[in-house]
Amino acid sequence: MKVIGKPRRRVDGWAKVTGRTRFADDIVLPRMLHMKLLRSPLPHAEIEAIDVSRAEKLAGVQLVLTGKDFPVTFGIMPVSQDEYPLASDRVRFVGDPVAAVIARDEQTCTEALDLIEVKYRPLKTIATPEEALATTEPRIHEYGPHGNIHRLQAHEFGDVEEALGSSDYVFEDVFFYEGNTHLAIEQQAAVAALEDAGGLVLYSSTQNPHYLHRELARVLQMPASRIRVVATPNGGGFGGRCDPANHEMVVAKAALALGRPVKICLSREEVFYVHRGRHPVLMKFRTGVTKDGRLTGIHLQTLLDGGAYGSHGAASTFYTGVLTPTTYELPRFKFEACRTFTNKPPCGPKRGHGTPQPRFGQEVQLDKIAEKLGLDPAEMRLRIAVKPNSLTANWLRIGSAGLAECIRQVVERSGWKEKFRKLPEGRGVGLACSAYMCGAGLPIYWNKMPHSGVQLLADRSGQVTALCGATEIGQGSDDVLAAMVAEVLGIGAEDVRVLTGDTGLTPVDLGSYSSRVTVMMGNAAIQAAEALKARIAEAASEQFQVAPNRLEFANGRVFLAADASKGMAFREAIELAEAKFGTLGSVGSYRPPDPPGRYKGAGAGPSPAYSYTACVVEVEVDRATGWIAVPKIWIAHDIGRVINPVLARGQVVGSVYMGLAEALMEEQVFRRLPPKLSNALVHKFPSLLEYKSPTSLDMPEVETVFVEDPDPNCPFGAKEVGQGPLLPVPPALANAIYDAVGVRIDELPITPDKVLRALEKKAKGEEPRVGPEHFPAVPYPEPVVVPPPWEGGDGNAVKGAGPKVKVPA
Amino acid sequence: MMRLPWFEFRAPSSVAEAARILAAEGPDAMPIAGGTDLLPNMKRRHQTPRTLVSLRRIESLKKVSNGAGLTLGAGLTLTEVIHEPKAQPYGALRQAAAQVATVHLRNMGTLGGNLCLDTRCTYYNQNYEWRKAIDFCLKKDGGICWVATASKRCVAMSSTDCAPALIAIGAKAKLVSATDERELALESLYNNDGIEYLKRRPDEILTEIRLPPAAGWRSTYWKLRRRGAFDFPVLGVAAAARFAKDGTVEEARIALGAVASRPFLVPKAAEALVGKKLTDDVIAEAATLAASRAKPMDNADLDLYWRKQVAADFVGYALRELRGDDMRGTRLRIARQIL
Ligand SMILES: Cc1cc2nc3c(=O)[nH]c(=O)nc-3n(C[C@H](O)[C@H](O)[C@H](O)COP(=O)(O)OP(=O)(O)OC[C@H]3O[C@@H](n4cnc5c(N)ncnc54)[C@H](O)[C@@H]3O)c2cc1C
Repeated sequence: MKVIGKPRRRVDGWAKVTGRTRFADDIVLPRMLHMKLLRSPLPHAEIEAIDVSRAEKLAGVQLVLTGKDFPVTFGIMPVSQDEYPLASDRVRFVGDPVAAVIARDEQTCTEALDLIEVKYRPLKTIATPEEALATTEPRIHEYGPHGNIHRLQAHEFGDVEEALGSSDYVFEDVFFYEGNTHLAIEQQAAVAALEDAGGLVLYSSTQNPHYLHRELARVLQMPASRIRVVATPNGGGFGGRCDPANHEMVVAKAALALGRPVKICLSREEVFYVHRGRHPVLMKFRTGVTKDGRLTGIHLQTLLDGGAYGSHGAASTFYTGVLTPTTYELPRFKFEACRTFTNKPPCGPKRGHGTPQPRFGQEVQLDKIAEKLGLDPAEMRLRIAVKPNSLTANWLRIGSAGLAECIRQVVERSGWKEKFRKLPEGRGVGLACSAYMCGAGLPIYWNKMPHSGVQLLADRSGQVTALCGATEIGQGSDDVLAAMVAEVLGIGAEDVRVLTGDTGLTPVDLGSYSSRVTVMMGNAAIQAAEALKARIAEAASEQFQVAPNRLEFANGRVFLAADASKGMAFREAIELAEAKFGTLGSVGSYRPPDPPGRYKGAGAGPSPAYSYTACVVEVEVDRATGWIAVPKIWIAHDIGRVINPVLARGQVVGSVYMGLAEALMEEQVFRRLPPKLSNALVHKFPSLLEYKSPTSLDMPEVETVFVEDPDPNCPFGAKEVGQGPLLPVPPALANAIYDAVGVRIDELPITPDKVLRALEKKAKGEEPRVGPEHFPAVPYPEPVVVPPPWEGGDGNAVKGAGPKVKVPA
Repeated sequence: MMRLPWFEFRAPSSVAEAARILAAEGPDAMPIAGGTDLLPNMKRRHQTPRTLVSLRRIESLKKVSNGAGLTLGAGLTLTEVIHEPKAQPYGALRQAAAQVATVHLRNMGTLGGNLCLDTRCTYYNQNYEWRKAIDFCLKKDGGICWVATASKRCVAMSSTDCAPALIAIGAKAKLVSATDERELALESLYNNDGIEYLKRRPDEILTEIRLPPAAGWRSTYWKLRRRGAFDFPVLGVAAAARFAKDGTVEEARIALGAVASRPFLVPKAAEALVGKKLTDDVIAEAATLAASRAKPMDNADLDLYWRKQVAADFVGYALRELRGDDMRGTRLRIARQIL
């Protein structure tokens, strides 16, 4: 292969480093106005009255919008369309948008916001999942099973109680993973304008222009065909721009109302309020094992703090469990989950979407299991690593699976055997693994259409243009698109012009989420490129009077495979094809295979392929202070095939960075004031300075290894690399801390004060552990019962078609 | 944060002229040096001065001169201070300045601005809307101190790195106004009050910092913060000592920062060193004495009790470094850089 696998400068790299890339905030249009949102200062309240008259009169103000201008709700999931662009009668968290001012400049907007008077009637504030479970009234939303529960679900694949009962050991552990946010450096911005023909165009830093397009049509009550959404290049996404956002709806409405372009740039604080980040998850693992370290069954319970709206929550809830059986052989699995509403910014998808939390619990618990059984944790994992081409207990189809090789690589390179339990006091190593999906098997709204489409244009100038709805969020999807097309057509990646993320011009792609783009867009791109190639080959082969399949495409030429001297430039071949067939173009599309599971809920978890990762973290812990330093991390990722090593490595190192940040520092946490004096519930520090994330000085050396085991479902065998490598980092760190000083920190982030507290407990002879003490009673429904494949099932449920709700007394 | 509020901008070229403007405009005018503290604060509406009097054009504020000791102009940037050859003997100052914020901020931020830095608190260093959502606080626009609701005094924290270092070194500060000038020990520039944290009058300009001769002295600064850059201190320990040839301490000063509304000396701890060699026991005793004065509040990063707990360890690091121990490994783990 000429392009695939070769280290290359990314196709959009030059524009980015020279400042030519136009992010949403760089867009300036003639007669453009600016917009700012007024946000609720109260965590939970009814809006009794809004008076905008003074704001409207301020010089320079063009328009003030409020909830009454937006009768229609929206939401990314069809099951939770619970957001208003502007709140009309209720605010649900500090930061919920209430009104918008459109004026000649931002300063005027800000001044006008201060002139809007809102009368609120405060309601009881619900701050935690425990409070949500205990509070039936008031309800933050009028939907959901009951009270302040948003989602409840339960699935059982085989009789787990029986499996645990006949195990040699049963381990029971409770873990907590704190919520955190995406922290993309670019703050979201959007510009809306009318196009010449009168339709609406919205330029926005969105990851999912297609879903946004649908939601805009719904909210504005306009045909989608009159709306065009252009996803501008994103300065980072990580899931933070997957949801359609209030400001996008409002800025669009404002542009329509005024007939002038309108722009909004969110402040950093507002980005913290838009959030949709990692759910705080409390989880309980009950795991049965045999003496030699084989898993017999896992009973997993999770409790999610969802924040004030549904967002992706229905999916997030599933993801706190469904991928648990994808790393190791697991005969039986029971999974119960609950998502609660609280008066905080809504949680949603962040890199790894719902899965890093249970991975942390599972991988730390495995470390405890290995220790108890006297096994080396690497050896134990090697023995139980999931087998390629298998089905899991919950009916996920595993294709290629390079986990064992990943483990061997990090064990070898880190010197694991010489280090584990052998380093001097205060130093330690920890290992953890993970699996992740390469694209969700199902779209967010039910349909049978392709998940990704690619269209190619080629003409006599020799140029090839690739159009696709996929969105460049910094991850390099434009580069992947160019590389795939270039490889097939035998030209350079830089010879392919890419045009992406524009619902007015490009074929639909569902968006940059769930690690789906390389696989789905890539398969579509190959199909389109092969179709174009076939036409070119047919025309060119006439010149040489050979069958088209005797031609080869490489190095910008089309030539006889048997005799490279007989050939022509790629451009000449296109001329021939254009002469023979007329205007040239081709399309390709991709839809993932139907999942084998057929029970209710089987839609979450299936994927065309799964990536695998193993990671070793080395730490130094100061016994006197609990201070933690991380000198080095080794990580091996089963990527199927590397498309561009430069980008792939960037994704791994970036994932390690983010995983380490979540493990050591990041927390999206809230402050309550003394209840007698105030019912405020505010984000503790919505600022880049005080929301701590490691700096380059805090980042350890990372040694990255790629394991290439091409997956037949994937383009050139390439699996995902954007999310999976994050997942093993937090548990590997926790396990390393145990190796270093013998204490278990069963919650994230792991901070020096927690380590010191655990060391003090250890010194006193108490259990050397800091973490959640108990898991509350959650009214999980009767489970959907599905026999695993090896117990005679056919993928259908045999009991409990769907979640029925038990209302607590 | 919001955009900056409107203000008038003046850029005089002499101290006298700047002092005249400040006197004429009254407390509605504020000096601005690098602006790295004041401008973000203005964007949060902590201060909304009608007039900003820039000090950046005043050449005399950038002077470095030898005399009995060293005089540093308040207008020197922190980067200039770090690289000033004459300042090298004052280890604590260099280490403190080098740990302020980030390279970019040190290139803009000045020594004077650092010493006059506003106090900080997690209920205060928030944007306007956030503060509105908690009905503001004692330090600005509100009536209650949310850190200590019974407190009549604002407990916002002194967060300057250079002040404790310079206090341990024994520095003096010179203040100049349109009508007079005065010099005072740097420690007495500060009040233990989160609002009235400086004894500087609004019409006074801090022009110079005078350091005593360094001969025979060693000094060091240790900073506790979460990360290797950006973060303000949540504990600063500065220690300076003059040693006899045999290693006996003849004179010493230990100063703490970021554990009260002002940086301050702990004479008891310093006295515990005098006349002794810095054995592990001596260090431990002084560290305990110094740490007992650290009264961190729940208004900054990291767990409050833990911050209190490790204060003695940090004093120990400083004293061991003064003793001559090789502390580079510890420094690298704590500061994420060798200083
Ligand atoms: C992200 C970030 C991180 C930071 N981290 C740190 C840190 O770790 N440690 C730390 O100490 N600081 C930190 N700072 C604060 C600041 O950058 C430094 O303290 C800097 O030295 C301030 O100097 P300046 O010249 O920019 O001050 P300015 O912002 O110009 O002024 C600060 C205050 O001092 C007054 N002032 C300035 N000069 C004089 C003078 N000559 N006479 C009288 N009054 C004067 C001003 O009126 C104002 O009230 C940080 C700032 C930011 C934004």
